[in-house]
Amino acid sequence: MGHPAPLVAPQSGLAAALNKLLGKDLLAHDFAADEDSITVDRDAIAAVMIALRDNLEYQQMMEIAGVDYPERAERFEVVYHLLSVTRNHRLRVRVTTDEATPVPTIVPVWPNAGWLEREVFDMYGVLFAGNPDLRRILTDYGFQGHPQRKDFPLTGYTELRYSEEDKRVVYEPVKLAQDFRNFDFLSPWEGADYVLPGDEKAGGTGEAPGKGAPTPLTAKEVKAADDKAKAPPPPTPKTTEKPEQTGAGAKANIKAAKTSRDGAKAKPATKPAKTPATEKAPAKPRAPRKPKGGDA
Amino acid sequence: MTDSPQVKHHGSDMFEGYPVDTADTAGDQTVTNYTINFGPQHPAAHGVLRMVMELDGEIIERVDPHVGLLHRGTEKLIEYKTYLQALPYFDRLDYCSPLGMEHSYVLAIEKLLDLEVPARAQYLRTLFAELTRICNHMLNIGSHVMDVGAMTPNLWIFELREDCLNFFERASGARMHSAYFRPGGVHQDVPEKLLVDIGEWCDKRLPELFGDAMSLVIDNRIFKQRNVDIATVSKEDALAWGFSGPMIRGSGIAWDLRKSQPYDAYAKMDFDVPVGTRGDCYDRFMVRVEEVYQSAKIIKQCLRDMPTGPIASLDRKVVPPKRGEMKQSMESLIHHFKLYTEGFHVPAGEVYVATESPKGEFGVYLVSDGTNKPYRCKIRPTAFSHLQAMDFMCKGHMLADTTAIIGAIDVVFGECDR
Repeated sequence: MGHPAPLVAPQSGLAAALNKLLGKDLLAHDFAADEDSITVDRDAIAAVMIALRDNLEYQQMMEIAGVDYPERAERFEVVYHLLSVTRNHRLRVRVTTDEATPVPTIVPVWPNAGWLEREVFDMYGVLFAGNPDLRRILTDYGFQGHPQRKDFPLTGYTELRYSEEDKRVVYEPVKLAQDFRNFDFLSPWEGADYVLPGDEKAGGTGEAPGKGAPTPLTAKEVKAADDKAKAPPPPTPKTTEKPEQTGAGAKANIKAAKTSRDGAKAKPATKPAKTPATEKAPAKPRAPRKPKGGDA
Repeated sequence: MTDSPQVKHHGSDMFEGYPVDTADTAGDQTVTNYTINFGPQHPAAHGVLRMVMELDGEIIERVDPHVGLLHRGTEKLIEYKTYLQALPYFDRLDYCSPLGMEHSYVLAIEKLLDLEVPARAQYLRTLFAELTRICNHMLNIGSHVMDVGAMTPNLWIFELREDCLNFFERASGARMHSAYFRPGGVHQDVPEKLLVDIGEWCDKRLPELFGDAMSLVIDNRIFKQRNVDIATVSKEDALAWGFSGPMIRGSGIAWDLRKSQPYDAYAKMDFDVPVGTRGDCYDRFMVRVEEVYQSAKIIKQCLRDMPTGPIASLDRKVVPPKRGEMKQSMESLIHHFKLYTEGFHVPAGEVYVATESPKGEFGVYLVSDGTNKPYRCKIRPTAFSHLQAMDFMCKGHMLADTTAIIGAIDVVFGECDR
């Protein structure tokens, strides 16, 4: 059956059609997780979009997302998501760029690209050549920096408050009562890509960064094992639908009062069942623990 | 204009203090355009929307919406949280339909993990997604009619919204920010009585109260005067501006992701997709009204067909075990600890998953690098496209029509500004 995410039928012959339509502007085409994505030449993006809209029936441009990969030469990806309502298909179109190189705008192709490009500019600092209104959109008036970049700290640089003395909102450098804690969960025994202190001589693990513990069993096998191990359910299910079932009624109060009055004496009324485990007391007290440490 | 009688000023005392047009042409007054701020604290702006409007008298010439006043950096925060920790942020995007927001996100994770979800969980999610749609439309329909002057229907159908929120509370413990949909299924099973109550509510209370309230509005002359032929959007414009949801259906395009790209249990549901004919505010309103009845129909089908069984995937590397299990099994305890500290790792890759949220196509573009945190989570809000079209929708309309247009867009700023 597989995952329950929206079902989009793959289009046969799309790769050939794209190849034929875009020619050398098409840099890469891959099909992963039931989704088609293509990488195209940055300078040709507007022409590519017109071709996709007019020849392959991608009528709608739903989304422009920026992604930052600081380790790449062209660190930013601008990702367009197109939707065809007639062919019921989605296509992802990617271009790459860096801080200085502008991407040609696609506002003449789809007018709603205006704000979406503004957002990518605001968040990543990607420039869009030809966008008629490339202002910031989501951040504050007068904001500096591009917050979605990976090198922009989560806390930002400034915070604001209303100042009673100045009778206005003032901006101040961020002061945190507690440092932001970011845990590194890439556990060393699953192949972290750094050398642990003290392990320099060992020469590292040499393994690729791990992806966490693999699932050894399928869901079906886990369920079968669970069912097998499951104890039979009690004859009457324990419910608390009526007040008397909660155990907090009048009787329970009497019982509780009795226990506390009799104190410890009331307890041994139920004889502790002698199990083999309790009979076998440890023969001798455990030896005191030796202090650790030192090379000895 | 040469033969029109010239009006002389009757002495200067009559116009004292007023700027008097000294040109002697009769009836001609030069009124310069002026610019006003609509919002950001305006009750009809449905949140913090600031619109800089250029008016010619009462006619709107240009609108420049300023958004981002509710920007909280959700996407940045999500990059620093594990997949499960990031889930509650989605409730806080569109706080009028929280479960609709969660839906896209959990489906995106499941798609990356290629995780199978039990049938009961799929039905429960479908049921609550539709309940969310009713809940959202109750707020929108009510505030839309109030924006154009009707008070009573809003008060009545807020009762229904309250009922929906009570159902959410009984299922998840929280009225609004439920965090009920989880990767792999839902958080908890629902009590049998809740399903019975939802069924009875759909049969009796919803159609009665909602029908009563709508009977006051639908054929009301004033309501029609305020909405019919206001902000007409053609099919071509709706496509070009990236419209979705009731906005695109109001323009006459029968596009519903629940039908065309079904997810969860929608493929097994039988429902109709209402469309408008003129593409004006009235059509958008009526599309929503009909969607409420269709949602009730889907809920009934969910209740009828819902199977028994597990409510979340049994893959213990993704879905934490039940508490009772943890008391018995060491392995469960370890799984629980690992899932709530480290979380689960999602294979590297990227997906764009869009669902039909009550407001339109709500998409999540999730990029994973194989760790336990999303590398990038881009949220595609529905309101961005719609609000951007305010300028061309408002042009030539009266200032008072703005409220009707915003009401028909159904904008919520938690989602728009993220």
